[in-house]
Amino acid sequence: MLYADTVESEVLVHKPLFIATVFVLVLSICFMVNLTGTTIGELMRPVIGDPLDSGLYGRFAVAFVIAIIFCLNIALIGFAHLKAQIAIVWLELLLLFLAFFAVFKLSLPFIWQNLPFLITQGVVTTLYISAISLVFASAIGIMAAIAKLSSNGFAYGIATFYTSFFRGLPLLMQIYLIYLGLPQLGIILNAVPSGILALSLCVGAYMTEIFRAGIQSIDRGQWEASRSLGFGFALTMRKIIMPQALPVIIPPMGNTFIGMLKDSSLVSVLGVWELTFLARTLGQATFHHMEMLIAAAIIYWILSVCLELIQSRIERYFARSKVR
Amino acid sequence: MNDTVIEARNVSKWYGAFRALTDVSLTVRKGERVVICGPSGSGKSTLIRCFNRLEAHQEGEITVNGIRLHGKMRDLAAVRKNVGMVFQHFNLFPHMTVLMNCMAAPMWIKGVPETEAKRLALKFLERVRIPEQANKYPGQLSGGQQQRVAIARSLCMEPAVMLFDEPTSSLDPEMVSEVLETMTSLARDGMTMVCVTHEMGFARSVADRVIFMDAGLIVEEGAPNDFFTNPQHPRTTLFLSQILKH
Ligand SMILES: Nc1ncnc2c1ncn2[C@@H]1O[C@H](COP(=O)(O)OP(=O)(O)OP(=O)(O)O)[C@@H](O)[C@H]1O
Ligand SMILES: [Mg+2]
Repeated sequence: MLYADTVESEVLVHKPLFIATVFVLVLSICFMVNLTGTTIGELMRPVIGDPLDSGLYGRFAVAFVIAIIFCLNIALIGFAHLKAQIAIVWLELLLLFLAFFAVFKLSLPFIWQNLPFLITQGVVTTLYISAISLVFASAIGIMAAIAKLSSNGFAYGIATFYTSFFRGLPLLMQIYLIYLGLPQLGIILNAVPSGILALSLCVGAYMTEIFRAGIQSIDRGQWEASRSLGFGFALTMRKIIMPQALPVIIPPMGNTFIGMLKDSSLVSVLGVWELTFLARTLGQATFHHMEMLIAAAIIYWILSVCLELIQSRIERYFARSKVR
Repeated sequence: MNDTVIEARNVSKWYGAFRALTDVSLTVRKGERVVICGPSGSGKSTLIRCFNRLEAHQEGEITVNGIRLHGKMRDLAAVRKNVGMVFQHFNLFPHMTVLMNCMAAPMWIKGVPETEAKRLALKFLERVRIPEQANKYPGQLSGGQQQRVAIARSLCMEPAVMLFDEPTSSLDPEMVSEVLETMTSLARDGMTMVCVTHEMGFARSVADRVIFMDAGLIVEEGAPNDFFTNPQHPRTTLFLSQILKH
């Protein structure tokens, strides 16, 4: 939450001027984009006749109705409580997206038929590749962050080279380099370990910067107090610095992990049977491209939402000592 | 000789090319209360931070409790165990309760069992007269209370000497006295103390010796009575007239 002022402000969506502005805006946009061919145009057949022959009058009538519904909607939502508002807005946006997907005239039976396999094979593979990479990336990140903050030239050199290299190359190249390049050195990795290695190294490079920023955000007085009490480096890091740095680190870390979850789809180029690979191959064989892609997209989204929820739980846990 | 807690001999320290301490020599005996004062930037903090090696000196020798200070971790740990430090900005651990702030060092450094550490922590929180705040977080306390927790936290290690670096400088006037009272009662109990402070009333009533520093040098030192009534050095006179004017 932002720092709320105690000024009582009028509800924006109940100001006539605001409603009028929104109304005109929606009306003109809907008028410019001809919407007579859509479901709404079809529903208004009794008023405007054949939607496709209704001309400018039909266009205006459809736009007018949409603008009315829209303004009514936001004005009504303005009356609800905060929680209800959030829920309604989510629900409506969700419905709009479902309506958008409905445009594709997807074959639902095909989706249902393939969903179990998509989940048991694809999601499971995606999840365990991501989860293992997440652990490795965090470990790499924290070590490299400490190395980058240290006065050891050797460690600093390696860490900066590492982050520069793995943040600088496209992940796809890294995957190919590890899968196709390492065998040249006599190290032969299977597709899944290669994928995990590439993901860990790449995400680890981003995590390094996140950890470094978090550690540096802690006041040096904390270090001084720890030193003066006789704490060594590891103890200070573990018990004093990291617990305070984590609340700073968690939001960008959540960002990175959600990004990684989706980047794990790049491992599909190695033929690993994860979500994206399965969605593509299952769809291609039967020309149901859209069905599988949309199903996979929604699954990715659900997984991301799970990560978001975990993140907010952790944030709440760390908020407890932040009382003032 | 045996009751010497801190002995500094010809200590010099540079920050880059800037010389912050010049040939400083100082001996603190067991049970002695030493107050260090001087204008801003004169090297007071630098000097006492050298006593537990938060800063490294480059020349001269510092011996604490018979251990000569140098860069080796093992000796350093032994020294820091015996030297408590209280900072201007408290530096409590904000993510731990007051009780845990006090229990942490004895448990993690000395390996004191939890129940014993808790008993110890409560004893010293009682000593600084805030046992009822034990389960709060530092952010919920007033500045004066936080500083007293910081004192208790150091006391829990049962140090041989306590260093105070302007412990009241960031406090509101009405909280200064409660912290000074705590420090005075510590002094009454025979704690060896080195205090950097501008509280001249405290210096007059508690100190065995007052040291005046300027530009990295010890300009003058003496018993508080002589020091305040009959300063030898013009710079001391000037400083005292400035600080006692208000
Ligand atoms: N980390 C540092 N790097 C460079 N110069 C420093 C550093 N710390 C302190 N100094 C310089 O050393 C001198 C002594 O600093 P010190 O903090 O010991 O002064 P002080 O007597 O404690 O002053 P104050 O009363 O303002 O706390 C000052 O001139 C300061 O600018
Ligand atoms: Mg200072």
